[in-house]
Amino acid sequence: MKITLNLNGTSHHLDVDPRTTLLDVLRHHLGLTGTKKGCDHGQCGACTVLMDGRRVNSCLTLACMAEDADITTIEGIGTPGNLSPLQQQFLDHDGFQCGYCTPGQICSATAMLEEIAAGWPSHASDSLDGPFDLTHAEIAERMSGNLCRCAAYPNIVAAIRQAGRDGSRQEDAA
Amino acid sequence: MTRHLRVDGPNHDDRLDHMAQGVLGQPLNRLEGPLKVSGRAAYAAEARPANLAYGVLVQASVPAGKVLDIGDAPGALAVIQDKRMVRYAAQGQAQKAPKSGPDQVEYMGQAIALVVADTFEAATHAAQNLMVRYAAEDVPVNPDAVTPELPPQKQASAGDLDRAMATAAVSVDAVWHTPSHGAAAMEPHAAIAQWDGDRVTIRAGLQMLSSNRAQMADALGIRASKLRLLAPYVGGGFGSKLGINAEAVAAAIAAKELNRPVQVSMTRQQVFDLAHRRSETRQRVRLACDPDGRLTGIGHDVLVSNLPGSEFSEPVTQATPFTYEAAHRQIVHAVARIHRGCAGSVRAPGEAVGVTVFECAMDELAEAADIDPVELRLRNIPEDEPVTGRPFSSHKLAEALRDGAQRFGWSDRRPNGQRAEGEWLIGMGMATAVRVNMLVESRAKVTLLQNGQAIVETDMTDIGTGTYTILGQLAGEMLGLPVDRVEVKLGDTDFPPSSGSGGSFGAASSGNSVYLACEDIRRQIAKAMGCDEPDLTLQNGMARAGNIARSLSELIDGSLTGEGHLEPGKTEKSVRQATWGSHWAEVAVNRWTGEVRVRRMMGVFACGRVLNEKTARSQCLGGMTFGIGIALTEAMEHDSRDGHAVSRDLAEYHIPCHADVPGLEVHFLSERDAYVGPLQAKGLGELGICGAGAAVLNAIHNACGIRVRDLPATPDKIIAGLEARA
Repeated sequence: MKITLNLNGTSHHLDVDPRTTLLDVLRHHLGLTGTKKGCDHGQCGACTVLMDGRRVNSCLTLACMAEDADITTIEGIGTPGNLSPLQQQFLDHDGFQCGYCTPGQICSATAMLEEIAAGWPSHASDSLDGPFDLTHAEIAERMSGNLCRCAAYPNIVAAIRQAGRDGSRQEDAA
Repeated sequence: MTRHLRVDGPNHDDRLDHMAQGVLGQPLNRLEGPLKVSGRAAYAAEARPANLAYGVLVQASVPAGKVLDIGDAPGALAVIQDKRMVRYAAQGQAQKAPKSGPDQVEYMGQAIALVVADTFEAATHAAQNLMVRYAAEDVPVNPDAVTPELPPQKQASAGDLDRAMATAAVSVDAVWHTPSHGAAAMEPHAAIAQWDGDRVTIRAGLQMLSSNRAQMADALGIRASKLRLLAPYVGGGFGSKLGINAEAVAAAIAAKELNRPVQVSMTRQQVFDLAHRRSETRQRVRLACDPDGRLTGIGHDVLVSNLPGSEFSEPVTQATPFTYEAAHRQIVHAVARIHRGCAGSVRAPGEAVGVTVFECAMDELAEAADIDPVELRLRNIPEDEPVTGRPFSSHKLAEALRDGAQRFGWSDRRPNGQRAEGEWLIGMGMATAVRVNMLVESRAKVTLLQNGQAIVETDMTDIGTGTYTILGQLAGEMLGLPVDRVEVKLGDTDFPPSSGSGGSFGAASSGNSVYLACEDIRRQIAKAMGCDEPDLTLQNGMARAGNIARSLSELIDGSLTGEGHLEPGKTEKSVRQATWGSHWAEVAVNRWTGEVRVRRMMGVFACGRVLNEKTARSQCLGGMTFGIGIALTEAMEHDSRDGHAVSRDLAEYHIPCHADVPGLEVHFLSERDAYVGPLQAKGLGELGICGAGAAVLNAIHNACGIRVRDLPATPDKIIAGLEARA
């Protein structure tokens, strides 16, 4: 079937098998292999991308479901020479080892910080209303859909916390 | 000229402490980090050759028997059942292919065919709809159902343990069970094969390219010189990519048959079935001590399993002979030959479960003898290796115990069940960390260009361990260059063959080879400078000797090349090499739900020279988290009827997630081990897991008085214990 994907600000016209997931379109058809396949069942989070700013498992999303949405993958978040602040924090805090879950962690964390800013509570939140401190428990709870077997977890949390604090300081200054 | 070193004796030169660049050991960011955090590092299944076809493995649905007919697959390009396809993965460092012949099934889930189609979707559909017929056979699938083998070379005894137990002032005699574990690296095994005439290039997730090349050439029936393997980035290994596996062999066969490149990626479920599992274990530990807690007897009697004919058996007791002193000892190693998926090395084979259980037994003994658990261990540290009398190359256990106790606040630990916060019972536990150390033959080539740039080449892999970075730092230190002037090229069999990544020997083995290659270059520079190599100082692209200083660009005409070749030698046998440490955990146990939360965890480790404090720490975080998994969550359950792995995906096999892991603390003890080559560095990738789970389990006991000896300590078992005590 013919579909159009709005991907990292560019439109792509594709003719794909209707069974094709968004993940496989990215990896197999568009060569955007930054989005990883870890389980293909929505269990690990390695395939996390942003659809209209919200984090989704692209392995559980058929490509045809992503028509009309604005999709951002890791390739759209930053480049090796121009990393996003969060990517830079992952680098500085060693928030990865093998690097395979990393794009998913970063996409997920990018949207997660927006969720906190938007006042969405989590199981670990003290109240339903916020504001929510970027505590270890708050970040770890919200990131638990992204598995990391190398277990860079403490470093990932530290990276996200630093990026979140830097982000809110910038907002305060603005 | 290749600079060759066989490590036959100690090296006390501490040369790397006297280099001028000052980059080695620094907590630098990973060199390849920007590529990884931006999704530009390309892993096994991430090359995109033109005209790529997709293969999907078909798995056996019987535990044993003959495949009579695999049917056909409309819409597929081919259904391949080639006699060269392998039944299970090669063991680490094997020089030959694993057993081939996919028509004979040895365990449920074995790969029996490959379906190839133009798209992944079509291949998946066709593979799922094959009508396979079997002549099934009845085979044993449970360890208890067979009489185990007792390989003579794996049994050991000294003195009279039975008598020591009978006459001991205090003793422990109990049985523990650990389930099968999966390595569960985040990148599923995958390969892309492409032929050019009679030459094939296979890009795959592999840890040890030089032995993988020998295995693959043997599997395909081609000369190794016709085979190139590429593994520039590997999405985790933990032992599961030590040897070639079904997907890479099948991809190569299919690519030849179809005359086009073929990609085969395992599904997550296939990874659980086809990658080596860590065998389940039954471990009986017997400990006897005098009233002062001095051990008189140690018994470690284990039962593990594997397929008939598989030479690997989980070396559960690997650290038992040398961790503690005791005159009377017995080790029993039994192997049940059953038809579950092939067992092999998973991170820290042996110690990961062996030390964990043994350290739980030590905690039980400490309680029975009414001696502090730290003190009990301190009282039983041997001067030299028990039985053999060999000296230790270096021994940091006592320091790790004392340092850890002080840092963790061990003196605040209360008697069992006496600390509570609301519905949470709080406890502290500790354990010894110990892991054998080894070196493996390794080669590297280093080129120093006139412009002051160095290139390191070796077929070593970086599976997340930090190899790119530490080899860059090492070359930078030796050649006096900032790290951004060093390019490290790995994961390609066109480069000199290395140790590969495994057994915690990668950094030290490949690092020593890079050291030697750089020493080779330093000698050439020294010659040009007219000085002896030890008198040469290299820093920031300048060479200095005495009062002469010249830039490398003046000294080098074109480029200088050095090659290093490290081999283990007599120190393998002349001393007992090991890494040491201590694990500490504070847990909260919910008195109603049995839920266990790890609140604090700390490790103190000694691994010789630390090459990059940041990546080294991360290795320990990973190991300690594996320990949390072993203690609390991880179990590959097998169906008792057919042996297949029931918990075979990431929703059923519970690796720790973010919310399971608190902020972890890691401390390194300063150490230079003279017996492990001039780098004086030892392995670290596995030490963090060895005993970590015991600290958690012992903390559970301190919190609520319950011993869980059937791992993992899931809430149902804790609740049962709480109810039994109530």
